[in-house]
Amino acid sequence: MTGFGGGSTPERGHLPTSRTPLQHAGPIVETGHSARRGGPAADVPSADLPGRPVITDRVPSFGAAQTEVPRGRRTVRRALARPSLPALVGLVLALGVFAAHDPAMLTWGGMATVLDSAALLGIGGVAVALLLIAGQFDLSIGVVAVASSLVTALLIGNAGWSVWPALLASLVAALAVGVVNGVLVVNTGLPSFLVTLATYLILQGTAQAGTHALAGSARVAGLDHAPGWASAAAVFGATHQVGEGRFRVSLLWWVGVTALGAWVLWRTRFGNAVFASGGARRAARELGVPVRRTTVALFCLTATAGWLLGTLSLVRLDGVQATTPGLISAVDFIVVAVIGGCLLTGGFGSIIGASLGALLYAVSREGIALAGWDQRWFQALLGVLLLMALLANGQVRRRLKAVPRS
Amino acid sequence: MSTVLPPEGTAARPPLLELRRLTVRYGNVDALSRLNATFAAGEITCVLGENGSGKSTLVSVLSGLQRHDDGQLLLAGEPVRFRSPRQARTAGIATVWQDLAVAPLLSVWRNFFLGAEPTLGAWPLRRLDLDTAREVTVRSMARVGVPGVDPDAPASALQAGERQSLAIARALHFGARALVLDEPTTPMTMARQTLFGQAVLAARAQGLAIVLVTNNPRYAHLIGDRFLLLAGGQVAGNLTRDDVDADMLTALMAGGEELSTLTATLTALHPELGER
Repeated sequence: MTGFGGGSTPERGHLPTSRTPLQHAGPIVETGHSARRGGPAADVPSADLPGRPVITDRVPSFGAAQTEVPRGRRTVRRALARPSLPALVGLVLALGVFAAHDPAMLTWGGMATVLDSAALLGIGGVAVALLLIAGQFDLSIGVVAVASSLVTALLIGNAGWSVWPALLASLVAALAVGVVNGVLVVNTGLPSFLVTLATYLILQGTAQAGTHALAGSARVAGLDHAPGWASAAAVFGATHQVGEGRFRVSLLWWVGVTALGAWVLWRTRFGNAVFASGGARRAARELGVPVRRTTVALFCLTATAGWLLGTLSLVRLDGVQATTPGLISAVDFIVVAVIGGCLLTGGFGSIIGASLGALLYAVSREGIALAGWDQRWFQALLGVLLLMALLANGQVRRRLKAVPRS
Repeated sequence: MSTVLPPEGTAARPPLLELRRLTVRYGNVDALSRLNATFAAGEITCVLGENGSGKSTLVSVLSGLQRHDDGQLLLAGEPVRFRSPRQARTAGIATVWQDLAVAPLLSVWRNFFLGAEPTLGAWPLRRLDLDTAREVTVRSMARVGVPGVDPDAPASALQAGERQSLAIARALHFGARALVLDEPTTPMTMARQTLFGQAVLAARAQGLAIVLVTNNPRYAHLIGDRFLLLAGGQVAGNLTRDDVDADMLTALMAGGEELSTLTATLTALHPELGER
């Protein structure tokens, strides 16, 4: 079924799966389109044009009149073209290495630690992945997390609001940041990298100075007496004890965000618009895809993810520290998304991959901690992972061009 | 000024597309100067000319990318002035660009329906109707001469000719009345031209008015019904298939001077040509 893509240009000549050069004999005119396309395409309604000669312009030496790829090989090829594959392989390797070194990783406690740290990364990573697929960056997500939780904390602690209205207000504030980011990017055509870097600096400075001015210190705490705290703690801070591991509710949020993100990306018009905005912006505009609206919506989405991250930490820590350098820095989310198979150029990527990337990140970090190595090695390892992911993505992208998928 | 001639055949109904003294200026330069032409439904009009003769400007105007400064553009007898490519498409003029407006990493069916995807269900659960989309894509591609396409293959796996077919099939499916085709400037292989020609002829059979901008006079003569020759932003000749043979068209394409002498000769032979 992959046959017709193969070999029409020399570039596709070096596909990984073997293509027998004896097959082609340089066909310029092939009869029987179903043979040419092979596979499931043969039973489509075009069968009412039997035996019509289809002329191809394949270079004979790359001819590859692929008749039928064996099913097994096709599955392999399809799998090889999945953008999330490098992350999955990396995850299995990292798990193997660290579990062999210290089996504590595979106990309930170890898993809870890993998953907990992966959950926060994953929530942000999924949102950033969607944005990357649309060809944009967002560096402000981490600081939106801190700033929005500060807003919540100040509204509860200093202004005496109850918890839920305060959360709503900080969500609105986060969305406002997203709208500003999005509108600036869309209207000025400036690189989103720089625009969100500016928002990042503004928010970081404002959050720290503002907290000092309003609360008198960099820390706002002691919120658990506010009305509504109990219900908020149930939604954002519940835990579940399994063995010696304490699993947090952020795990469920992560799973939910990943599932929703994947569904939206592959099964809705919005998702199609996201792909097209990143992969072929001009074509998308020519065809009437609402590129601008989609972009602004995605910036709102990352801002919302930032708010969710901020709220999860706020409830967990029962307070917030304004000097915390962006919880997890925004670059980490981008690293996670890229490890998960997103192309920096936009146009393709994977939500599941971003989640796997978050898991790989967490396994490596906690694995190094559990193994008792110097924590500073983690950054080096992360750099290596990122580099490998970038190289692998290039490969996957090349394969994508010839492999069916939907 | 008042001698705008209604072309033949207006008695029944106006031609689908008509240009009346259409002028486009870039600064002080007239890219198109008082152009009169008609493009009838069910006909393939090939626009031929050297580089800089105004071909691409004509495409820009018809597709809504560029507004004309003077004169009129009539769509089915109604004067129109498009502000955006989207408006032109809504009015029923589909353009197949040289770059083809294809997102390479998206699957064929996603490309086919880009911007107008069929959906199922109500809002929070509204989702793409995958089966319909795939089926319609395969059927539409077969209609323009590319049978058995795999709708899930990425568009980059299509050959260049097939990508054009995809764009044409899309135009046909979404009810275009006129099709403007800007042929790639890179030489096409025979096979690609065959596919392309198949798609164009399929569109003609559907009764679309087709404006084909091409550099290849032999190919134009093969599939065209009428030939609009441009030179220096003006009509240098408006010929039908009966007027010229392929060699003559090639000669006409060859150079501007030759073109004008030949046009003069032809005008002498066919007096009605002079009025265009």
